[in-house]
Amino acid sequence: MADLTQASARELARLIATGEVSAVEVTQAHLDRISAVDAKVHAFLHVDADGALGAARAVDEKRSRGADLGPLAGVPLALKDVLTQKDVPTTCGSRILEGWRPPYDSTVVRKLREADVVILGKTNMDEFAMGSSTENSAFGVTRNPWDLERIPGGSSGGSSAAVSSFQAPLAIGTDTGGSIRQPAAVTGIVGVKPTYGGVSRYGLVAFSSSLDQAGPFARNILDAALLHATIAGHDPLDSTSIDAPVPDVVTAARAGDVTGVRVGVVRELNGEGYDAGVRQRFSEAVALLTSLGAEVGEVSCPHFDYAMPAYYLIAPSEASSNLARFDAMRYGLRVGDDGTRSAEEVMAMTRAAGFGPEVKRRIMIGTYALSSGYYDAYYGSAQKVRTLISQDFAAAFEKFDVLVSPSTPTTAFRIGERTDDPLKMYLADLDTIPSNLAGNASMSLPVGLSPDDGLPVGLQIMAPALADDRLYRVAAVLEAALALQWGHALIEEAPAL
Amino acid sequence: MSTTYDEALANYEPVFGLETHVELGTVSKMFCGCGTTFGAPPNTQVCPVCLGLPGSLPVANAMAIESTIRIGLALHCTIARWCRFARKNYFYPDMPKNFQISQYDEPLCVEGYLDVEVGDSVVRVGIERVHLEEDTGKSLHVGGSTGRIHGATHSLVDYNRAGIPLVEIVTKPVPGTGALAPEVARAYVTELRETLRALGVSDVRMEEGSLRCDVNLSLNRVGATEWGTRSETKNVNSLRSVERAVRSEIERQSEVLSAGGRVVQETRHFHEDTGVTTSGRSKEMAEDYRYFPEPDLVPIAPAADWVESLRDALPELPFERRRRLREEWGISALDMQAALNAGAVAAIESTVAAGASPRDAYKWWMGELARQANERGVEVSTLPVTPSDVARISVLVNDGKLTDKLARQVLDGVLACEGSPDDVVAARGLEVVSDDAALGAAVDAAIGADPDAAQKVRDGKVAAAGALVGAVMKATGGKADAARVRELVLERLNTDA
Amino acid sequence: MPSITRAEAAHLARLSRLALTDDELDQLAGQLDVIINAVARVSEVADADVPPTSHSVPLTNVFRPDEVRPCLTPDEALAGAPAAEEQRFRVPRILDEE
Repeated sequence: MADLTQASARELARLIATGEVSAVEVTQAHLDRISAVDAKVHAFLHVDADGALGAARAVDEKRSRGADLGPLAGVPLALKDVLTQKDVPTTCGSRILEGWRPPYDSTVVRKLREADVVILGKTNMDEFAMGSSTENSAFGVTRNPWDLERIPGGSSGGSSAAVSSFQAPLAIGTDTGGSIRQPAAVTGIVGVKPTYGGVSRYGLVAFSSSLDQAGPFARNILDAALLHATIAGHDPLDSTSIDAPVPDVVTAARAGDVTGVRVGVVRELNGEGYDAGVRQRFSEAVALLTSLGAEVGEVSCPHFDYAMPAYYLIAPSEASSNLARFDAMRYGLRVGDDGTRSAEEVMAMTRAAGFGPEVKRRIMIGTYALSSGYYDAYYGSAQKVRTLISQDFAAAFEKFDVLVSPSTPTTAFRIGERTDDPLKMYLADLDTIPSNLAGNASMSLPVGLSPDDGLPVGLQIMAPALADDRLYRVAAVLEAALALQWGHALIEEAPAL
Repeated sequence: MSTTYDEALANYEPVFGLETHVELGTVSKMFCGCGTTFGAPPNTQVCPVCLGLPGSLPVANAMAIESTIRIGLALHCTIARWCRFARKNYFYPDMPKNFQISQYDEPLCVEGYLDVEVGDSVVRVGIERVHLEEDTGKSLHVGGSTGRIHGATHSLVDYNRAGIPLVEIVTKPVPGTGALAPEVARAYVTELRETLRALGVSDVRMEEGSLRCDVNLSLNRVGATEWGTRSETKNVNSLRSVERAVRSEIERQSEVLSAGGRVVQETRHFHEDTGVTTSGRSKEMAEDYRYFPEPDLVPIAPAADWVESLRDALPELPFERRRRLREEWGISALDMQAALNAGAVAAIESTVAAGASPRDAYKWWMGELARQANERGVEVSTLPVTPSDVARISVLVNDGKLTDKLARQVLDGVLACEGSPDDVVAARGLEVVSDDAALGAAVDAAIGADPDAAQKVRDGKVAAAGALVGAVMKATGGKADAARVRELVLERLNTDA
Repeated sequence: MPSITRAEAAHLARLSRLALTDDELDQLAGQLDVIINAVARVSEVADADVPPTSHSVPLTNVFRPDEVRPCLTPDEALAGAPAAEEQRFRVPRILDEE
């Protein structure tokens, strides 16, 4: 095998299972790749070489004993630093958690371990997942492998950059308002936000509890499905976990078919404010779906225009409460404890020193929106908008099996370009937010490079809750048809680092 | 009654309300599987959930939900058909997440009542709501005087108690009790405690903090239609303190008002040592708790048939039980109240079940045993004597085998752990001397020894027989049946009296 | 339209336990005002007859049985503590009020 880091997850698993290469070799190849390129990209906050090689050795031993290996056994993965992994630093991109080593595994990590997936390390992210560019990390920006002067998306920018720069074939991200799909779109890879409740949130450090959902990043649809199937499923430790069979996403990804599938193009998620290049690639992809046998039509979801304001009330409100626990009493940073100051003063000093500007901004907005006298106008109204958006989705899904839109209005923007304008930054999640508010399944997959700037463009597919398999069925067909058109996968056009 | 108190009641009508917190007796905590053993070494019953570690999630304890509903049913409440937990947001070092999972505008149980007996009258105390929440950790204040928070240099926190299920029972304001307000308040807490004990939902140990009260009190000027401003007194943690806190607040507020002052709406602290309350936080400084529905827990919707089955399975409640027992035992409400206050009702009931007459059982427990308990400073129910012991002694007396005096000696033996009543009778040789031959000799000896008394009896002064009976009793060591001795004396001296 | 004054920003900072500098407060008050004005649009469609959604999953009655599960050891529990003493979390003095 020429370069193990170029292989797909499925191919690596096959090579390991057949003994053509060892899991240790695969892991070492990725650790070497990280050593070679991550100084430029800065996808990782922590590389756990010992842990990864130990896990790889265990896979090799298991194989030598003749034990059955799972479909991703020995495959390396990059984990967003918002999920706990026992005894491995978990910072959420924040100074306030610097040095904290959780005493427990998140359910996602437990499932990855059980599947013998090798966790390479923890990836960079916007602090507490608040952002769309990974510029809000306390530990430095992550760069987009397609153009190192541009952002890799966010908040899961470390994960998207790791996969798109071949430092890992797979990564886990979390998506609260688009934090998997938007980074996937701007780095030319696949990212999926499963149905809310499909993947356990136990051990996912909460940003906005009613919106957060962990999901896979991969360089192709089938790899994403294999990872999705590995981490999904009911968890008694998460009260919002759905106790139902996981949709068969792997079969759907293997047997893509759009014949007769009704595809609705969402009118509100296009038009003014969208890059011409994004619109062009999106239209071409929709035309391709039609030519492949899909029944494409337009659908209006009138309340989607209110999704962003609702999101920027609900998420900060929940965050203001979720982040209250970072108070210097039980773990993490403590500032100003000189023996005379009160607990209250030390809490306030620590939080002021430990949180970055975007986190402070959102805590303040959330505190405001929940305050007595303002609750009804802000948080209460946002919850009503949430109902209206769910109703829009329900009506649209009566006529269409899936809905599509561009994943983001623009391609990757330049580092620093939007940092002074929070509202402009928030626009990056315009297309992705409605699915978080309604809790349905959604995916971004690459559909080409923008003719304007040569950067990746993503197409978003949205399916009803618990119909995650539809995403894969449609995406697999589109992926195959586009690869046929281009003669290769889009990611192969990424510049060498 | 003090002058201040009398004056207060001449001018003002007290209105009180009580908020009672009860720790449920579940084996595991409210939202995690940690144990709930009282007095365990610090931080040995904690996990990621109850420590509020990042990423952890709550899952509600089914038994706690069931217990809360049963409490609501026992208090004649309406059970919500659908309700949610809410987050109450405020910072405090003993609260791991800096929010408490509680219930806000959707409590599990609403609109009930509890009948409370004071003297011969029954006061119906309205119940506003019963809701479920989680307890906080416990702080040890170091560096100040005797563990007080004031003047401490730092605190040490143990989170064993954090997350123990706590039910809050809130009364409606109780007007119209006048000078009896302190007694009614105490009787309410007593009745509530008995009810909770009968339900088996809590060990209701006030000294261990498993039942804690806040007392709200306001004064209305007599004849006024508007209610006065209320104070909220925290930390009222014994039955006696409830009574004292109400009384103390009546006196204090009356002094403030009579001096032309204004009662401030504030939180006050009750001091067990002095019996007075001191000012805490005024309402103007109060936190804005920013309640919102807990996104990590899904709504509770108790099925109607389940609620009905819980209602059908409720045990006989103390109020009803006392009414039944009063009828069965033929005692007054006041006597029943005395037995209740002494904590002797269950013991009396068991003693009757073991064969004693209700009159005798009551007499023993509320007489000799109450005296003994009082001397030892313990609850009568904790004396080392069983209801069947008491019943056996009562039977021996009724069968003429023991005199009352002997019976008390037998009881002393049982209390000294010498064995069962029969063991004590045998070991101490306490059986009544009923052998007429033996008694006859003793009587003859007594007559011989006191010819003056004998002559007086022969002359018709029957009262003089007492001295002879006394002499016989003395000679037999009190083991003779005095009535039979008297008969023999009179027979011997040939009187018809 | 609401507007966030500097005094309100200071109040929010206190509620949020953030010891912000004067400069930070000045800057945040302005930014919050802009953001709040932008998101206030939600009230345009939030009619009284629209029910609010707090949870997007249609679940109710998710409970766990009342069973004891393994806890952390005290060492594990205290491992991340900034300060510990007598097997307890050591925290700065607590103000004499709730």
